[in-house]
Amino acid sequence: MQNTQTPEYAIETKSLFIFYGSFAAVSEVTMKIEKQKITAIIGPSGCGKSTLLRAFNRMNDFVPSSYVTGEILMQGQNLYGKEIDPVEVRRKIGMVFQKPNPFPKSIYENISWGAKINGFKGNMDELVEQSLRSAALWDEVKDLLKKSAYELSGGQQQRLCIARTIAIQPEIILMDEPASALDPISTLRIEELMQELKKNYTIIIVTHNMQQAARVSDYTAMMMIDDNRSGGVIEFDKTQTIFTRPKDKRTEDYVTGRFG
Amino acid sequence: MNPTHNHFPEGPSFRSTLNTRYRVASVWQALFFSALLIAIISLTALIYDVVDGAFGYVAYDYKKDPATFTSTPLEDLTKEELLTTLQANLSSGAYNKLNNEKAMETRLRGELYTLFLERLIQLDIKKTWSFTESIMRAGAIRTEAAEKYPDAKLEFRSWLTPQFLTSPMSSKAEFAGVRTAILGSLWLVGIALLFALPLGTGAAIYLQEYAPKNWLTGIIQMNINNLAGVPSIVYGMLGLAIFVRVLAPLTSGSMFGVTDTNGRTVLSAGLTMGILILPLIIINAQEAIKAVPDSLRQAAYGVGATKWQTVWHHILPNSIAGILTGSILALSRALGETAPLIVVGASTFISVDPRGPFSKFTALPIQIYQWTTRAQSEFHAIAAGAIIVLLVLLLTLNATAILLRNRFQRKY
Repeated sequence: MQNTQTPEYAIETKSLFIFYGSFAAVSEVTMKIEKQKITAIIGPSGCGKSTLLRAFNRMNDFVPSSYVTGEILMQGQNLYGKEIDPVEVRRKIGMVFQKPNPFPKSIYENISWGAKINGFKGNMDELVEQSLRSAALWDEVKDLLKKSAYELSGGQQQRLCIARTIAIQPEIILMDEPASALDPISTLRIEELMQELKKNYTIIIVTHNMQQAARVSDYTAMMMIDDNRSGGVIEFDKTQTIFTRPKDKRTEDYVTGRFG
Repeated sequence: MNPTHNHFPEGPSFRSTLNTRYRVASVWQALFFSALLIAIISLTALIYDVVDGAFGYVAYDYKKDPATFTSTPLEDLTKEELLTTLQANLSSGAYNKLNNEKAMETRLRGELYTLFLERLIQLDIKKTWSFTESIMRAGAIRTEAAEKYPDAKLEFRSWLTPQFLTSPMSSKAEFAGVRTAILGSLWLVGIALLFALPLGTGAAIYLQEYAPKNWLTGIIQMNINNLAGVPSIVYGMLGLAIFVRVLAPLTSGSMFGVTDTNGRTVLSAGLTMGILILPLIIINAQEAIKAVPDSLRQAAYGVGATKWQTVWHHILPNSIAGILTGSILALSRALGETAPLIVVGASTFISVDPRGPFSKFTALPIQIYQWTTRAQSEFHAIAAGAIIVLLVLLLTLNATAILLRNRFQRKY
């Protein structure tokens, strides 16, 4: 993981606009995401949090009529540059979705498939074990590897999805409300897991749950829609600062629960 | 009562509005129930009509006395005895012709026995009665047969016998079978499936996963939906123009050295059926592909899969059961189609099995149609038998589709 140009940052955006047709869903986002830290994106519903998150690994490409202006730079390269293949971006920037979505295959294949299609040449059994261990799932499933992933509980499925993402050895992991479909105990396990994962990965998480953002993240980006219903980052700072001494009145109102 | 203004009925007047609501509901319920009842009655009438024709009394006699050929009772004749009797009594030309169709030594006893009845003693049907008549008026039938056909034997028989399934076409109803027609139908749907399944699945994948959503694909989609409702005779005309005429060198097999046939082959008909079911297969496959949740696509893209890898490893395996189910249902439509076959040129009388794609052929619905147009009542009886065969084939196909659907149903 060398980065000569901006060594402390994993990824940064410069004047990023995300459009759906003529509508700017996200306007003018410029932020630098620090390496091996957890960055939370919070804000009320419909403010473009998920849209911004999905821009990082070009998942918005699947929405017809969507396009971006500005830049997202990773190791000095614009991810939306002409020479960049979105498949390569997604291989480097993994994603965990809101609802656990394992493949309807065995637990083993859930991990190995991503590695296989990306041309992994090493020992697959080792990779599967290592990924499941990193996702704190190995002890629970080591005897069930041939079983369908659908036999796992929701929380286990979500950790399997995290393991699946780790298995392709990305540099950044995007998480789109990864615990919103889970019970409190499973949520806690995911949060503990994130603390482990940030030793090796940069994590960007979208969450509705402000306590969660406060508990797990190092940095927090507060998003809000403007008068044109276009979302933007109104404040981006250390999480502690956002929750204790926010500069923007709207952030203060939101994190203290006065609206949202 | 409530001091503020109350616009709702209360007490007894509420009761009466409630009763009115229940009355309206029960009227509708009765209407729906009668709709169901009418459907069940129609279905029962259909089945009754078919069964009624396929079983019943039959009066028949022999044009020649069996005693002139053999002294053994007919039922006890062995295969060897039948063979020698046939050889001795048929003209050598007729015998050789039969031998060329299928070597006499390799024929089963049943087949030889049929030949014996048909060619030598010349069994002749005088009259047939329906199943209901045979049950209700058995006595009257016996006296009628005894009066009108004093020489004839009266026998209760099923027209649907194992022999009926395995015999080829014959000009005499009592010896005719549906083997040629069943084989023709199977060739037909086989070719149609081979042609339409890959093509239809491919088109569905392209439309669902690759094609941009714009006015052009919108028009294409609308056309596919409309093509599914085009009358089948139109497809018959299309098949006649393209497969029978224009592509004659291909469909007649003359490109491959087959000489004794024109474009009216089972291949032409199969391709026509393929075109006919293509829109159905595309629509069904599209529905099956739509049923694969987006979360699965995102999961695949999320680990760096290309579009093709997503389609091949996830979308196809998870929609294949639905695609097959839809295709089987489309096939059962093809199995019952008659009009396009008449136009494309199915043979109405043919006694040789289809041996390849360039064979002449007939199909079950054609055979049924042809038999029902005959004047003699015994042909109506075997038509009823053939209808039962066709219905069983259709039910088998549909049952397979249901089994497939249940077996591979997925919970996402």
